[in-house]
Amino acid sequence: MEWLLQAVCSFIATLGIAATFGGPRRSLVHIGLVGVAGWMTYYLLTLAEVDAVPASFAGAFAIAILAHGLARWYKQPSTVFSVAGIIPLVPGGLAYEAMRAIVLNDYLESLQYAARAGILAGAIVMGLVFAEMFIQLAARSRLS
Amino acid sequence: MSQHLRQLEVECFVLAGKLLVQSGAETYRAEDTMLRMAASQGYTEAESFVTPTGILFSIGHGYPPKIAQIKNRSIQLDKISRINEVSRKLSSQQITVEEAYAALKEIEQSRYFLNLFWQIVLSALGCGAFVVLFQGSYLDIPSAAAAGGLGYAIMALITRKTKVRFFAEFAASVVIGLAADLAVNSGVGLEANKIIISAVMPLVPGVAIANAVRDLMAGHLVSGLSKGAEACLTALAIGSGIAVSLIV
Repeated sequence: MEWLLQAVCSFIATLGIAATFGGPRRSLVHIGLVGVAGWMTYYLLTLAEVDAVPASFAGAFAIAILAHGLARWYKQPSTVFSVAGIIPLVPGGLAYEAMRAIVLNDYLESLQYAARAGILAGAIVMGLVFAEMFIQLAARSRLS
Repeated sequence: MSQHLRQLEVECFVLAGKLLVQSGAETYRAEDTMLRMAASQGYTEAESFVTPTGILFSIGHGYPPKIAQIKNRSIQLDKISRINEVSRKLSSQQITVEEAYAALKEIEQSRYFLNLFWQIVLSALGCGAFVVLFQGSYLDIPSAAAAGGLGYAIMALITRKTKVRFFAEFAASVVIGLAADLAVNSGVGLEANKIIISAVMPLVPGVAIANAVRDLMAGHLVSGLSKGAEACLTALAIGSGIAVSLIV
């Protein structure tokens, strides 16, 4: 049942973020579901002992693809659906550990955490970008 | 074509671009929207230059360019979606330029359907849910929700009063850190780090980073770099706020 709890909480978390980003009233539920899809992709992959970096990449990829589909369907910009969903994937814990290590004057340890957080953030961004490229290529091959 | 109408058209296109940038849309979306709106009115030679702090737009050779300054930016997905609708209607000739301009003016003045109180409540609930996502103890959910709501409220209030975003983010994260510390010391919370990272989530510049990279990929180097710098400053403000609260 743990996964169900994770799904519900990722829905609430994404919804809370969407409210601070001024999400449109009629899209709030969709935004939440996009967040669930991204988080569950990440969560299930990490449960299957996949490293957090490819898991973050896959989560962001899923979010971007789903956001694109919803954007087509509801004739809205895809940003509306995707931005709140990626927030749960952000490596806040590592950034926090990096900051705490700096406060404790332990710069070496801080660098380790910061590098890991940077790579995870990069993986999220890469997931979004790759998904966009993938969609563009798919659209182009369908045209030709 | 009369001078008056052309002026209104230019005003309308630039207002759409300006509102998009102010609402946190990507630079390519702002440019694309303005050019598409202009093309639908017969200005196929229109050119634009958009940065996060200003817009330069001309409907073609021989026409004077128009400048719009952009002073503040925040994320308003609702506005992006509504502006997109207006531009779509104008491009498919469903509405005239006058109607589009009136609609954009209304969007500019409009407020989000949730007032600040409900935004704080929802973000607090979200912070509570983040504790579960980060494998924290269920006992920490109330503390994280309280700290997160408090932090977001402080951030929103300071941004309204001073317009200095970085200071607002700094102050909010100091308060979040102190609140988490208080919760743990008084026995309400268990793990300060889980409470803190859950509570700062609404402040994290995730969107800014994603938009910055998208702009860079789309070839908007100026916008991409400056948005990246903004995101780094925000991250720094949050980080140093937490650091200060850890030292105190």
